[in-house]
Amino acid sequence: MAMAYTEEQLKKELETKEYEYGFYTDIESDTFPKGLNEEVVIAISKKKEEPEWMTQWRLESFRAWKEMKEPEWANVDYEKPDFQDISYYSAPTKKPKYNSLDEVDPELLDTFKRLGISLDEQKKLAGVAVDIVMDSVSVATTFRKTLAEKGIIFCSISDAIKEHPELVRKYLGTVVPQKDNFYAALNSAVFSDGSFCYIPKGVRCPMELSTYFRINQGGTGQFERTLLIADEGSYVSYLEGCTAPSRDENQLHAAVVELIAMDNAEIKYSTVQNWYPGDKDGKGGVFNFVTKRGWCENHAKISWTQVETGSAITWKYPSCVLKGDYSIGEFYSIAVTNNHQQADTGTKMVHLGKNTRSTIISKGISAGQSQNSYRGLVQVHSRAENARNFSQCDSLLMGNACGAHTFPYIEVKNKTAQIEHEATTSKIGEDQIFYCNQRGIDTESAIALIVNGFGKEVLNKLPMEFAVEAQKLLQISLEGSVG
Amino acid sequence: MDLKEKLISSFLAFENTVNMEHPVHDVRTEAIKVFETKGFPNKKEEAWKYTSLNSLQKIDFSLFPNWENTLEYKDVRKYFLHEIDSYKIVFVDGVYSSYLSETTHDGVDVCLMSSAMNKSEYQPVIDVYFNQVASKDEPLTALNTAFTREGAYIRIPRNKVAKKPIEILHFSTGNEAALMVQPRNLIIAEENAELQVIERHQSLTSNEVFTNCVTEIFADKNAIVDYYKVQNDVATASLIDNTYISQKNGSSVNVHTFSFGGKLTRNNLNFYQNGERINSTLKGVTILGEKQHVDHHTLVYHKQPNCESHQDYKGIFGENSIGVFNGKIIVDKIAQKTDAFQQNNNILISDKATINSKPQLEIFADDVKCSHGCTIGQLDEEALFYLQSRGIPKREAQALLMYAFANNVLESVRIPELKARINKLIAMKLGVNLGFNL
Repeated sequence: MAMAYTEEQLKKELETKEYEYGFYTDIESDTFPKGLNEEVVIAISKKKEEPEWMTQWRLESFRAWKEMKEPEWANVDYEKPDFQDISYYSAPTKKPKYNSLDEVDPELLDTFKRLGISLDEQKKLAGVAVDIVMDSVSVATTFRKTLAEKGIIFCSISDAIKEHPELVRKYLGTVVPQKDNFYAALNSAVFSDGSFCYIPKGVRCPMELSTYFRINQGGTGQFERTLLIADEGSYVSYLEGCTAPSRDENQLHAAVVELIAMDNAEIKYSTVQNWYPGDKDGKGGVFNFVTKRGWCENHAKISWTQVETGSAITWKYPSCVLKGDYSIGEFYSIAVTNNHQQADTGTKMVHLGKNTRSTIISKGISAGQSQNSYRGLVQVHSRAENARNFSQCDSLLMGNACGAHTFPYIEVKNKTAQIEHEATTSKIGEDQIFYCNQRGIDTESAIALIVNGFGKEVLNKLPMEFAVEAQKLLQISLEGSVG
Repeated sequence: MDLKEKLISSFLAFENTVNMEHPVHDVRTEAIKVFETKGFPNKKEEAWKYTSLNSLQKIDFSLFPNWENTLEYKDVRKYFLHEIDSYKIVFVDGVYSSYLSETTHDGVDVCLMSSAMNKSEYQPVIDVYFNQVASKDEPLTALNTAFTREGAYIRIPRNKVAKKPIEILHFSTGNEAALMVQPRNLIIAEENAELQVIERHQSLTSNEVFTNCVTEIFADKNAIVDYYKVQNDVATASLIDNTYISQKNGSSVNVHTFSFGGKLTRNNLNFYQNGERINSTLKGVTILGEKQHVDHHTLVYHKQPNCESHQDYKGIFGENSIGVFNGKIIVDKIAQKTDAFQQNNNILISDKATINSKPQLEIFADDVKCSHGCTIGQLDEEALFYLQSRGIPKREAQALLMYAFANNVLESVRIPELKARINKLIAMKLGVNLGFNL
């Protein structure tokens, strides 16, 4: 007779489960010495052959950052990184310019194979154009031609600064201003690379755009900058996925993502985040401080979907500014924390325009000694007639050493607003398992079924091609419970 | 001189009016130090994000009321729940009015803090309970502790039931230009004891009145405490009402807060569940207009297993009013099988009204049932149309729907006369005569 699989066992398995993708690729790197000052900022800008306005922009940000203090309001507890003990630039030295995969460094290809995201597979499977960011500089871009035919620009942000300065200059920092917050200011000063995407008027991007971020070089913080502009009536689905090698020292990641959806445009932004969360004693792991924000003009729609399974500390609030009338903001999130992970994540929906709508679905799963917080803001300004919001935050607790927290802020200044917020906290109910058992489903499958069902609403929102990857990454944190 | 400085410097003068030999005085001196260090909370603090005390601090409040202010019963009769017989503890400008009060020592103690502190027979009780559950580092509570002199003292001994509801009334006459009062109440329900309290702060003047009140409630095993707060003050009265409740095994404490009036009202309602099988109920109806500001801050701290808490706050906000709700539920690691529920529903009926709601959950135990819900919306157009199509004028139909909206909270009021009184207040506040007895 097969042993009954109990929640106890699942918990144990979760605790002992080591990070599977913890390996390290040895590529010769060009790394700056540790420390940050104006010279370093200028040097980064030089290194990237940036125009003068960009250098100045970085310096402005740096000066603002110096005056700012690290935010302390989040429900996370960690040793603050020493910002002078980080190298702010690192790039693979053999900067390849490949047209096909055959020319790519075999070691790199092997890395991707082990991650299960080989370019071959990706290409065949879904026709996904992949702009791979290995550390900070983009080393491979595919499908660029197909995209170019449609007039779509999809390249690294450093290329965009050189090739499309008018677009970058017009939009960079408009959604997330340089001085927005501590980490955004830091990113604005030292961002190394990232993606830039522009979809022209009326164009429907024929494929899912995808970037795989990896943190690779020991001791280098990664400062990604993404700028995505969807012009009037266009549509784009953008995928971002991350895994990182095991490492003992904490790695800092402070990314900024800016989305701009013009009239009638739609942006779907999906993230799977699986950075190294630290070992089961809470040692090591990535610090993830991300500022993500989207701007919606009339009838525009921005949809954030995220599956967060990694990082020691997550501080992340993908937001929507619903400026245009009839604009729509959506946020779907699954955050899984295990061992000593801490996540403080959620969203902000700022309703400025008339007849704006927003939906928030947040699912938190905490296991081990982890702390999982949802922090959200729904703000309806006085001129936002007929604003509509629906928020749902559910937490699932496994074991009595973890915590689930909900901090929703609701601020309404218009009487025509309709806001609903609900939150529940529960564990996998014995009656639920009993019901399944009674129907001939063993306990293991029952737990899998329940956890899967718990996150289904969000998983369903991921593009099909990405959902496979998401499931795979989710399993690392919750293997044995996700079917 | 700002209010903080004035308060600190007047502490010396205050000391001359109290017995400095009493152990309570050590508590006072500790507390004034806390207030001196922290001062009034400002908007930068998370707990005061939506409520500012700046305007209050600019007013030159008189801190020492005239001891001779008196009132005629006929002038204030309407503020009493005169339909029923009750014990009464009445204060006029912070000073006890024996003429208007009806206290007792017959089996139960319904009397004054000042006398409890002065008589040696009460000393053991004061030692055990005074300032035990109230926060020692929250500046406004500390401020009140420092100026502890007067308030209600209620003690219901083991297996006793208070025969009549107890009314605590605070009147301000306005004989001073602007007055600040700091009542301090201590309520003890021993094992199996039961009592009902109705508390009201009423200003009779158009001069500014600022009340910073602290109430400590102790419910021992299986005790039942019903506490009703009626807040329907005039537009120049501000109230900071800090209530701290400590509960033991099997006790049940229900607090209803009816906020219809006042300029600025802040309710800090804190429940600490120090036992098992405890039931805590927090309910409130808030109906505001003009420039009124009401801030409900609740905390339910589940420290032990098998307890329940229920929160239900309804708000209707008109004109330029501002409503704040911040509900916090903490479930400790060992507090398994907790059933905590929190609901906050709001209706905005004016373009200029604002509602800020923050229902929080902090959960450290896994086998719990915790949920919260928050809605902000309008009256159902179809329901309104239905009523109008039955010949009910729009205004009355609206009031009827709003009344129904608030009714959930009223249902659990266990003093029928008080319920009728609140119904009248609601009808008045909604500006209609519904033509039938609600």
